[in-house]
Amino acid sequence: MTAQLAIFLVLAAIAVAGAINLILQRHPIHSALSLIVVMVALAGLYLLLEAEFVAAIQIIVYAGAIMVLFLFVIMLLNAGAEERTNVSHAAHYAGIPLAIFLLLELAYRVARASASMPTQPTPEGATRSLSLLLFQNFAFPFELTSILILIAMLGALVLAKRSE
Amino acid sequence: MTELFARYPIILVSLIKIAVLLFFLLTALAYIVWFERKVAAHIQSRIGPYRVGPHGLLQPLADGAKFLFKEDMTPAGADKFVYSLAPFLTLALAISSIALIPFGPDTIRIFGQTTPLVIANVNVGLLIIFAVTSIGVYGVALAGWSSNNKYSLLGGLRSSAQMISYEVTLTMSVVGVLLLAGTFNLSEIVRAQSGFSWHFLPRWNLFSPTLPQILGFFCYFTAAVAETNRLPFDLAEAESELVAGYHTEYSSFRFAMFFMAEYASMITVACLATILFFGGWLSPFSSEPASSWTRYLPAAFFAAAGIALIVNGVRYTTTIGRIELPALGLGLCALAFVCTRPGFVDLAQGPFWFLAKVFVILFVYVWVRWTLPRFRYDQLMDIGWKFLLPLTLANVVLTSLAVVARK
Repeated sequence: MTAQLAIFLVLAAIAVAGAINLILQRHPIHSALSLIVVMVALAGLYLLLEAEFVAAIQIIVYAGAIMVLFLFVIMLLNAGAEERTNVSHAAHYAGIPLAIFLLLELAYRVARASASMPTQPTPEGATRSLSLLLFQNFAFPFELTSILILIAMLGALVLAKRSE
Repeated sequence: MTELFARYPIILVSLIKIAVLLFFLLTALAYIVWFERKVAAHIQSRIGPYRVGPHGLLQPLADGAKFLFKEDMTPAGADKFVYSLAPFLTLALAISSIALIPFGPDTIRIFGQTTPLVIANVNVGLLIIFAVTSIGVYGVALAGWSSNNKYSLLGGLRSSAQMISYEVTLTMSVVGVLLLAGTFNLSEIVRAQSGFSWHFLPRWNLFSPTLPQILGFFCYFTAAVAETNRLPFDLAEAESELVAGYHTEYSSFRFAMFFMAEYASMITVACLATILFFGGWLSPFSSEPASSWTRYLPAAFFAAAGIALIVNGVRYTTTIGRIELPALGLGLCALAFVCTRPGFVDLAQGPFWFLAKVFVILFVYVWVRWTLPRFRYDQLMDIGWKFLLPLTLANVVLTSLAVVARK
């Protein structure tokens, strides 16, 4: 077993355990913390692929900004532990088979995927090649997305102002 | 284990470097607290710590022992797991970002391995530091939430809102530096600042010939003070409103961990400011033959400090002080002597200038804390979003234009 595989297995186990814990926990804060663990483990996986830039951005944006907002809202609402309600019968009976089916489907696709993907970007130019992609090849969709986010932000402002 | 080290000597070398750096960092943490108390005292025309050891020099040890022996309490109704997790998270994250800071240009040899004066030289070092600081919010927010205390909760809420707001400014304020250097690697950023304009003004980013990053530094420093929850931005622990804010319920060593984390992040922020705006380990004097005497400045500085300590120490009031202070002075003189040895003259340059700049920034940090009154919460948000953020955006646009114009 190579060191890389060992690190991958540890990180993957942490990510899966965090995801399962996220569902099992009753308290929203504990669930949010589990989600942070998943995100940091994913960042570790990106590091293993030598995508340092993506790993750092994953932590800054998801773990550092979005999840802080989640936590902030949970704390602000002072949400307590969730009560377990009677789950719907459809979800109860169809959920587990569907989940297993989805898992098998994914495993099948991943197993069939050829190893023809480019394995390594040049370590020094990983950030460079990513920014070239974003700001040259896909400059138009990239800018379009930022305008979309701006519109969403304005919409939130309008909605917030209306209640006054 | 020995086999592992024989196959990958980098592991052993890294462990040694981590141990040495951790030792210096923890000592520095203790003595920055002493330094802050002394500066604060003199700003307010007091003497400050004076009882424990000569000039209060053993005060940090006494404080540490006190923290260890106090009762460690967990309030009723607290979320036990999160309550004990929060201080660990805060301190671990605050300390770990120092691993990415390069202290000098040279390499040292440990066990036949040539290794640079940095633990982790990462291509995206700057981003990793920001990633680590951005997770640092959790420690404070979770401590506030898990204490089951309304003052703590308010402190935690305030600090998470404040840190999200000022993180945007902090990150945007270094974009100017990144545009000038063209890399995220901290060592490369320092190397990009070498050289002199008109033979005397160093080309540090603060005086960059393309566009002086004065605006960037102002925004960086303000946001950094806010990020580390220090006055005038310490709304998270405003003692006149919230008792002690997020760490109201913490006692004993858990409180000490929050305390150490605050000073550790101060050091990180000061190191980063040195690297980004003040040329890191670069000497402020050019390496031309005419100014080669400046290579002996570190030795001269240590010798002067040592002699001053000896002269003042022999007249100290207590006997123990009359022994300790001259001994310390002799130690400094020995250090000065080492710094004049041929092999060590050049090795001492990088770390000396780096630490000197860090020390000046830390002094400004302390000075600001004991000079400016605390902001109101709405003022804090106004400054962050309506004043600093537009200023950093203007800096980004201006720097981009200047970089393009120079090409």
